Amino acid sequence: MNLKDYKNVWIFAQVQRGKLSLTAYELLTAGRKLADELGEKLCAVLLGSQVKNHAQDLIEHGADIVYVCEDPALENYMDDTYARVLADLVAQYKPNKFLIPATNMGRSLSAKTAVLVGTGLTADATDVTINPADGQLHATRPTFGGNLMATITCAKTRPEMCSLRPMAYEKAAANPGRKGEIIITKVDVKKYVSPLAQFVEFIQSKEGGIDLSEAEVIVAGGRGVGKKEGFKLLEKLAARLGGAVAASRGPVDSGWIDYRYQVGLTGRTVKPKLYIACGISGQIQHMAGMSGANVIVAINKDPDAPMMKAAHFAVEGDLYDVIPAMLDALH
Amino acid sequence: MDYAINEMEQEVLNTTRELAQKKLKPLRAEMDAKEEFSKEMYEEYRKSGMFGLWLPEEYGGLGGGITCLAMAFEELSRACAGLALTPGTSALGAIPMFLAATKEQRAKWCPDLASGKKLWAFALTEPEAGSDATALKTTAMKDGDFYVVNGTKHFISTGKEADFYTVAVNTNPARGPRGISLLVIEKGTPGFSFGKKEEKMGIRSNPTYELIFENVRVPKDNLLGSEGRGLLYLQETLDYSRPGVAAQAVGIAQGALDTTIPYLRTRKQFGQPIITFQALGHKVAELAAKTEAGRALVYNLTHRMDEEYLPAVKNALENGTTVHDELKKLKGGRWTKYSAEAKLFCSNVAMEVADECVTLCGGIAYMRDFPLEKYMRDAKITQIYEGTVHIQKNEILTALIKEYAAKGDE
Amino acid sequence: MLHIVSCVKQTPKSDNVKIDPATGCLVRSGTESAMNPFDEFALEEAVTLKEQVGGKVSVITMGPPQAEAVLRDSIARGADEVFQLGDRAFAGSDTWSTSYALSKGIEKISSLQKVDLIICGKQTNDSDTGHIGPQISAWLKIPNAAFVKKVVRVNEKSIVVERLTEDGSEIVELQFPCVLSVVKEINKPRVRSVKGRMLAKRAPVTVWTADDVQADKTMLGINNCPTRVVKSFVPKREVNATVVEGQNGKEKAAKLVELLKENNYI
Repeated sequence: MNLKDYKNVWIFAQVQRGKLSLTAYELLTAGRKLADELGEKLCAVLLGSQVKNHAQDLIEHGADIVYVCEDPALENYMDDTYARVLADLVAQYKPNKFLIPATNMGRSLSAKTAVLVGTGLTADATDVTINPADGQLHATRPTFGGNLMATITCAKTRPEMCSLRPMAYEKAAANPGRKGEIIITKVDVKKYVSPLAQFVEFIQSKEGGIDLSEAEVIVAGGRGVGKKEGFKLLEKLAARLGGAVAASRGPVDSGWIDYRYQVGLTGRTVKPKLYIACGISGQIQHMAGMSGANVIVAINKDPDAPMMKAAHFAVEGDLYDVIPAMLDALH
Repeated sequence: MDYAINEMEQEVLNTTRELAQKKLKPLRAEMDAKEEFSKEMYEEYRKSGMFGLWLPEEYGGLGGGITCLAMAFEELSRACAGLALTPGTSALGAIPMFLAATKEQRAKWCPDLASGKKLWAFALTEPEAGSDATALKTTAMKDGDFYVVNGTKHFISTGKEADFYTVAVNTNPARGPRGISLLVIEKGTPGFSFGKKEEKMGIRSNPTYELIFENVRVPKDNLLGSEGRGLLYLQETLDYSRPGVAAQAVGIAQGALDTTIPYLRTRKQFGQPIITFQALGHKVAELAAKTEAGRALVYNLTHRMDEEYLPAVKNALENGTTVHDELKKLKGGRWTKYSAEAKLFCSNVAMEVADECVTLCGGIAYMRDFPLEKYMRDAKITQIYEGTVHIQKNEILTALIKEYAAKGDE
Repeated sequence: MLHIVSCVKQTPKSDNVKIDPATGCLVRSGTESAMNPFDEFALEEAVTLKEQVGGKVSVITMGPPQAEAVLRDSIARGADEVFQLGDRAFAGSDTWSTSYALSKGIEKISSLQKVDLIICGKQTNDSDTGHIGPQISAWLKIPNAAFVKKVVRVNEKSIVVERLTEDGSEIVELQFPCVLSVVKEINKPRVRSVKGRMLAKRAPVTVWTADDVQADKTMLGINNCPTRVVKSFVPKREVNATVVEGQNGKEKAAKLVELLKENNYI
């Protein structure tokens, strides 16, 4: 492997059910910075059955080149097909750095592609920089549930791959009319379709309301909520603030709320503008999933709870007194 | 203090304590309030091997004895006496079967019993026959290869949920008590239905039902032992099962203390933790001592029982005989008095401890959000089922009179 | 009859992790180790499938001698056979090398009895990558599904699973052999049975070296794996909580709403 043959910063622009994932704009922010420091181009990759329509949008958000690979077989995400197509593109175009969103799709896709390509992969990074001395990618990521940060490099192989945690970067701003190149790639997708795996169907999430990962305000409950019905009160506050409800692990384990709403190491990572933690003690595992919030409010009976120290605003009191009073005050 | 004397008993403790923490405690309040049997908990018990503790490995059991059974029942009841009854009553229903069953009957019923695939229940009590079991009116008349059963049982624990019911019937009413026999009747047999579901003071997550038998045709192969010997098997069953109730009572007492002591340590009044008020602290000490005494009584007894039970089971399997016959070969004495003493003492301790703990904690303990009032409601049943405290006293007294009469004037 | 392999890892108990702020290293002393909590769901699913359709569960781990404990724990949880990849050559491997080593171990297990299904946890609680499942499938050139929340149905040839996506879930069908990475929603791990606990103490543990599984040593270990940790540090958390004052909950709530409005947070 001649490392010098590898040029340009790639990002994987995830499209699911025709919709471009907002992570693409975050990756464009991260990738733009890397490309500029290296003096290389920022390229986005689009895979799907009909995805070309997103190419100009990606260019307007910072991409110099968009590689488009369209095929009916790419209609739905299947690990094998996508990873093999991606590995083919890497072999053809030899990118230097490759950022993939650490979404459910991206986590599996990046891992599988890295083995097929034969290169190193850093998972779920929150910060990516170029080491000026050697031009290598330094990907920094939390480990041990956020207790420790590790900076990881991949010196001997290319591309240096990295999955980037959603919300770790701001979304790139649009620059209407920005020009770039759209390249329709030549990949024989058919030969990469695995007969051993079939997509059956997609089931739309039943829960209404706002997607946690996109919510600007989150009202989260912990063990202190005490009972299933307690989340109704949290929902009221969330609705009033135009936000979503979430939970720490305790209520999920107790069956008060679905796992889908769990925030933290074993659940989801969120980065809202406002995070109101109600009766959440603030275990490090929970913090790992929400410490990126712009403003954290803690409501807790125990003034010594770790969340009360980590929050920007700490309210000592019973959430069953404080939340109804907040609703009154907001009225 | 732990009374586990071997590795198996220690692992029974480890397993049941984990079950209590991880599975029972999160469920108990909800199931008590709903007054519902927990299928989820049944599945958890099945997976962790709670139904085969006292059954031989040949049938997929653990190979333990009465001690393993009692220890499990204590630890599970320490978290929830109601949910603990799922394996508890299955053992109670199956003990008479296991004692009296032939080799063929054991092979037919024990594997599914040990795996928990099938639940068993015990049906003795009738509206007119409670403490006086001899007065039972359910009849089973022979008709070719079948018995035709008619009658009603009531207050049957785990009713409707169990698959097999060990039912005390009279196969020869003319002979009165000597006509009593035990039949295994499977749920779903035509004519076998369930009547009223009882609404109870405690152990609410265990359903209590009326069983109705209307011309139920039961294969004669489902007869346990021989006709007319039912009372004997029943007495033997109670000898083995009453220490289980005693263990349950100890568990309830311990569970009440587990809830009370931390509360008394943290609750401050008059500027100090209330456990430091000696009147309260001494009461706690007394209750703890009584609970420990009860536990010692139970496990001293069950360990002695196992010295006979385990060899008898082994011999029965080797010789193709019944466990009942092998037990008879091994000893002359009976456990009736000691079992009754354990149950009498422990059930009274449970009621006293639960009652006093509610008083010690005060108002909070009267509220359903706090788990203590449930212990008090649950404790009461231990003084009643498998013979009330008064019946236990009768058993003890009868044995004492016999003992002293045998000694003559010394 | 399915032969299922579950991959497990011994990791520090998640609630006990302590990092030395000066060195940025994990404080190992006094840190209890246990099975990676996500692997409990993987193993439970393997054992449940075995109970449903019949078969055998084998468990494999890679780790130092003391990692044997996690294999014994697997026996207690219902595994039938356990294998340890124990060799200095494996030490310090990143996910690329680890998944390679595990794939070689699984090939060896499969040479003893053909493997149908491999189940991994979603990720580990110490490195949180989620790479291992998909990467094992890449090495073995077999299909995989990640973030699996439910097994919809299974027969002798294939398995249908539901996997989580950000916008809902997807049903996919995979032919055996294949790899699943499962999330905690998939089941509630059982309490280890009494019999399992006793068996665990006596069960044999097979230990294999890199040569035993015919792994290429130039692809293993800290000096050969593609990635390297060049720096680790304890994240700084700014602590400047404003305590919202007030006589009671009502006053504090009103004050809080005022503060949030003032700063345009709501």
